[in-house]
Parts: sequence; C-alpha cells; structure tokens
Amino acid sequence: MTIDHPHDITPRVTLGFWIYLMSDCVLFASLFATYAVLHGNTYGGPSGRELFSLTFVLAETLILLTSSFTVGLAMLSAYKGRRNQVIIFLAITLVLGLTFIGLELNEFVKLVHDGNSWTRSAFLSSFFTLVGTHGLHVTLGSLWMMFLIAQTFFDGLTEVVLRRLLCLTLFWHFLDIVWIFIFTIVYLMGTI
Amino acid sequence: MEHSTLHQAHGTFASYTLGFVISIALTLAAFALVAGHILAGGTLVFALVGLAVAQLFVQLLFFLRLGKGTKPYWDLSVLYFALLIVIILAAGSLWIMQNLNYNMMQMSSEEKDAYMIDQ
Repeated sequence: MTIDHPHDITPRVTLGFWIYLMSDCVLFASLFATYAVLHGNTYGGPSGRELFSLTFVLAETLILLTSSFTVGLAMLSAYKGRRNQVIIFLAITLVLGLTFIGLELNEFVKLVHDGNSWTRSAFLSSFFTLVGTHGLHVTLGSLWMMFLIAQTFFDGLTEVVLRRLLCLTLFWHFLDIVWIFIFTIVYLMGTI
Repeated sequence: MEHSTLHQAHGTFASYTLGFVISIALTLAAFALVAGHILAGGTLVFALVGLAVAQLFVQLLFFLRLGKGTKPYWDLSVLYFALLIVIILAAGSLWIMQNLNYNMMQMSSEEKDAYMIDQ
C-alpha cells in the first residue's frame, strides 16, 4: 500500500496528539506536586513504608515496561505491513496491560479493605488520586487497544489504522514513562 | 510501504530491544538501591531521581524516538515547553507549601525573620 498523496495529515495528527500528551503530562505534574506536598500528612494513619510492598510494585513495573516494548514491536510490524504480527503484539500488550490493571486494583481493594481508603488521610487521598489517574489512563488505553485490534483485523493496515496505531503507541509509551516516576517517587521513596 | 509519509522515522528491532534492556537494568538498579539498603538519606533520593531521569531519556530516545523525525522538531519544542511548566508547577508548589508550613508554626516575628533570612 502506498500513502503518497500530497495532503497527508499524519504528521499533523501525531503532533496534535503529542500536544495532548504533553498537556496530560502537566496534569500528572500537578498530581505529583500534590502528592509531594501531602505525602507526610498521614493524620496518625499508616505511611507508605507500612503499606507498600516493593516486590509487588516491581512486578507491576516490569509488566508495564514489557508492554511498552511489545507495543513498539507492534508498530514496527505495522511499518513492515505484517498485519497478523501487529495483532499478536497488540494482543500481548493488551494482556500485559490488563494484568497491570488487575494487580493495581488488587492493591487498591486490599488497602480499602484494611481501612486505608482515600478518606483515611491526605497522604492516601493524594496517593489514590495520582495512582488511580494513571490506572484510568491504562484502562482507557486498553479499551482503545481492543478496538484497534478489531480494526486491524477487519480493515487491515490502512492509513487510518496506522495513524491510530501510531497515536496509541505514543500514548502507551507515555504512560510507561509516567509510571517510572510513580514507581520512583511514590513507591521507592515512600518506603525509604 | 516504501512511500510511507509517516514521518516518525521508525526504529529497528535492535534499537527497541536496547532501550528495553537498559530500562530494565535502570529499574532493577533503583529497586536494588532501596531493597538492599545500599545508600541512605539524601544520596539515595538523589540516585533514585537520577536513575528515573536516565530512564526517561532512554525511553524518549529509543521508544518515542524524539528528534528522529523530519525538521523542524515541533514535538521537541512542545516537550521543552511542557517540561518548563512541569518544573515550575512541581518545584513552585513544594517551595510555596514549605514556606506556608513554616509560617503556620508558632514562631515569633524575630524567629520568622531569622528563618526567612536562612532560606
């Protein structure tokens, strides 16, 4: 397939999407700043050191990192025009993404069950807001990926599908980068 | 696909794998620093932030392939602007809130003056 008509809008679409991602980055920065200001205000409740399990979070981190790698491989396969490979890599990414969400929900449920919900202290409010917002992004990204797998399957690697795939890849890499900072600032520094 | 005008110059399997391996190494290094109690205090925080920023750059280069497209690099300009806002937002919030915390403490005006001069 060739995409060589002069009015190709792909660079503009990806730039527009990139600008959205950077505004999302500012949103996360405000949540990080809130967490940084409030993380000591535990109101007599537990602090991060008592709540977080580092090995559990390391597993989450490695899963998300691997999914960032596989979504990149899906994009590479798309450039080579290999539809089935794209679908396989997207499916692997989706499974990893859903596993990540599952683990995170598991952690949240456990916290709430032990009486450490977002109402417990300012620290936990900011924790749930920051990590939950990231989890919501991963959830929406997973839904988007399901639709894109179906589109790739039914439509093939058309110009439109490629463009959407490129945007989704950017989105997914971005979420992994945000998670690096959650891992470092919330979990690693929280357990020192 | 030879005539593709998807300007995002795409990486290779090798570049993706390299980025992935470096990212895993940096993640494990950060984990080991905390779990193994290798460093402590300010040095540890400094090292963790350093490892996270290193991984940010690795992923921007190997995964997002910034600056590898066609000129002009609008994506880089947007990134720099966003980083500026992020730094002002995060550092500014911490700075202001820290001062507010101190001003909420029971201090005489002389003690406050001494504190502000120290800052």
